Amino acid sequence: MAKDVVEMRHITKQFGNFKANDDISLTLHQGEILALLGENGAGKSTLMGMLSGLLKPTAGQILIDGKEVEMDSPRDAKNLGIGMVHQHFMLIPAFSVLENIILGDEPLKQGRIDYKQAEKDITALAEKYHLDINLKAKVADITVGMQQRVEIMKALYRKANVFIFDEPTAALTPQEIEQLMKIFRTLAAENKSIIFITHKLKEIKEAADRCIIIRAGKVIDDVMVADVAEEKMAEMMVGRKVRTTVDKEPVDQTKTVLEVSGLNVEKDGLAAVKNLNLTVHTGEIVGVAGVDGNGQSELIDALTGLRKIKSGSVKVNGKEYANHSVREITEAKVAYIPEDRQTVGLILPMTIAENLVLKNYYHAPYNKQGILNYNKINADGRQLVKDFDIRSQSEKEAVGSLSGGNQQKVIVAREIASQPDLLIAANPTRGVDVGAIEYIHEKINAERNAGKAVLLISFELDEILKLSDRVVVMHAGEIVGEIDPNHTSAEELGLMMAGQKKTAAK
Amino acid sequence: METGKNKNAIIIPLLAVLSGFIVGAILMLIFGYNPIQNYGSLFTGAFGDIFSIGETLRNMTPLLLTGLGFAVADKAGFFNIGGPGQYLMGWFGAIVFVLHFKALPGIVLIIGAILVGGLCGSIWSGIAGYLRAYFGTSEVITTIMLNYISLYYVNYAIKAWLAPKGSDSSPSIPSKASLNTAFLQHLTNNSTFHWGFFIALFCAFAVWFYFNKTKSGFEIRGVGLNPSASRYAGMDVKKTIIVAMLISGLLAGVAGALDGIGNYQNISVSNSTPSVGFDGMAVALLASENPIGMMFSALLFSALQIGGLSISVFSTTPSEIVNVVMASIIFFVAIRYAFEILLAKGIIKKSNKSKEENN
Repeated sequence: MAKDVVEMRHITKQFGNFKANDDISLTLHQGEILALLGENGAGKSTLMGMLSGLLKPTAGQILIDGKEVEMDSPRDAKNLGIGMVHQHFMLIPAFSVLENIILGDEPLKQGRIDYKQAEKDITALAEKYHLDINLKAKVADITVGMQQRVEIMKALYRKANVFIFDEPTAALTPQEIEQLMKIFRTLAAENKSIIFITHKLKEIKEAADRCIIIRAGKVIDDVMVADVAEEKMAEMMVGRKVRTTVDKEPVDQTKTVLEVSGLNVEKDGLAAVKNLNLTVHTGEIVGVAGVDGNGQSELIDALTGLRKIKSGSVKVNGKEYANHSVREITEAKVAYIPEDRQTVGLILPMTIAENLVLKNYYHAPYNKQGILNYNKINADGRQLVKDFDIRSQSEKEAVGSLSGGNQQKVIVAREIASQPDLLIAANPTRGVDVGAIEYIHEKINAERNAGKAVLLISFELDEILKLSDRVVVMHAGEIVGEIDPNHTSAEELGLMMAGQKKTAAK
Repeated sequence: METGKNKNAIIIPLLAVLSGFIVGAILMLIFGYNPIQNYGSLFTGAFGDIFSIGETLRNMTPLLLTGLGFAVADKAGFFNIGGPGQYLMGWFGAIVFVLHFKALPGIVLIIGAILVGGLCGSIWSGIAGYLRAYFGTSEVITTIMLNYISLYYVNYAIKAWLAPKGSDSSPSIPSKASLNTAFLQHLTNNSTFHWGFFIALFCAFAVWFYFNKTKSGFEIRGVGLNPSASRYAGMDVKKTIIVAMLISGLLAGVAGALDGIGNYQNISVSNSTPSVGFDGMAVALLASENPIGMMFSALLFSALQIGGLSISVFSTTPSEIVNVVMASIIFFVAIRYAFEILLAKGIIKKSNKSKEENN
């Protein structure tokens, strides 16, 4: 049996009275790929924070290569051969890839940085581990996938033996994810050990040898991935059965709610949306699939009045709404779940109740001659908190103190409670856990079943395929094809998203 | 969690005030003065008798109003340091109004002077608000510049139009237009206490109500906390910034007007912008911009200023020592994070200890 490179014994981490980790033990063998599965707030990141020297355990021991260690800073962890690849990359955009890799550990020659030596070393490593990176490129100009490989190279360059990945696939395209999984296996084959934090079951199935499931700060189970079905792992993570499909009821899908024709939108003077046509009918979820940055954000901003439309028409229930104000479009019964909940969807320091009325506070009964009726605002807030299962102490709690999933539920509650005719949802489940995803999906599907039109923009193919009645694929500002979600695969979609294969648009 | 935050909102200013006094005391000890005696005379000077109290409350009036003005703008994310200019314009407007319509009844003159003063302050801040909302001009620069423009404009106007030849001051307003009535003089042993104090208190409650209960106040808070979310929610961000700025200038302008017709009774040429406009920022910051808290911080700063005058009367200590105390208080408010960390550390230590006991 391979030797243990990391052993964490009875680790407890307490923040005030809250136990983020409660007596967690885990071992990591050499050459092993270990997945750490758990909902948001289950304590995965806290646990890895201790292994990477960011946090200190309240109790328990950490052993590296069989020796007990005490880490005071990430630098200590690095010296012990632990490399962390964060969810948000720690790179300097203005520097080249090479400069980023050596930053902080530059090889010196007579007091000057020896770039030649660095380049030689890194190229050798890149060949050994099949890491495709362009050392000369500026970080600002490379793809997210390449940035991640730069992060991996940074750790390799510092002779890491243990790699910790925090939600490594959150921002990647399906092709990039596949590539990353390949890198995982190469690293493991070279006797490196990997721990990756995730709540995506598919990736665990595909890449991991073993999986530790954490719930509410405790280890629920430690399983060999090959022996356990995905559904079972989801169940262990959430603590109950999880549904992976939604029930679609037959509804009237004949009436047009949203009709976009010939839409052109610019961003910084460049065409971001080109001559786009799109219709969404009642009782229909139309999914817009595409890689981030292909005009989806600009499309939604244009539809919701946040961005100027250069030309074209946007009709809601037959009325023209191109270049109308945000408020006029809201009044036309268009609801919008924005992609960025923290900077766009919510005002974090305000209370849950205030955030729930963010779009209709100026209407009676909340507003009477300029005076807000806080009794009513709070009472209705309390009701929505209950109806939408928003886990909080009170409706007067600041939204910023909620977990990501519950913050998202506040937005979903607000938008659905406004009883829209058209619901626009942009990555409605980004960064939230399986339980919340299931819940939000049910709610969106319920809108469809109630005969509302839904436009769903998502980078998650599973989400698109699970919810949509129709799927259109967006690439470089254009819709490059439409597919039936019941007769396609993630692979086919992925290729279309990359703009490689244009199936005949109907 | 929320109560913990509220507790900190009171404890931190108190700690800052205490630390400020300690710094002042240390400084006095270093230079051989007696801090206990001096703080004693400071207190008597500010609250010792009804006259001192009248003076302190009178001095608190503009501090509270300029503080409120600063807070309203800051809530909308707008750093209005044009308080001095807006105050000066309000003062000027009020005096000009009264002198021009001398014949009107007193009550009309008073109400008119306050409204005109507020309007002048509003216009002054509105210029900066408009430039920021529509051209993205930094309000820090524009409000500073507007301070100077107001100073030299008002100086010029006084000399050119208001002051009699050879004088640097406008004529005094008729006593019927003054807020410092015989009744109040009688009550406070001839102090300069005037009715404006009550107007300022009313404004503090009004601003509190405005922030916490009104639609427009909700929008200002929203825009200040998160402009993108406010835009997404359909609020008119530009309009809201301008509204906040107009209210901010209005309050500073009213402060100037009340001082003009309550305290000074005229307006004179000055060498620098009135410092009360800046002191208002300190008042607002110490109270974390809570209008009710600002009543107390305004009272404190006023007491320091008024009581400080007594220090040099009863000892050889220069009264500037109170400026050191005031500056230290603001310094300690500014490094509130240090206090927060200290408070948090205390809590951590406590929980660690209880944990060890459990083990």
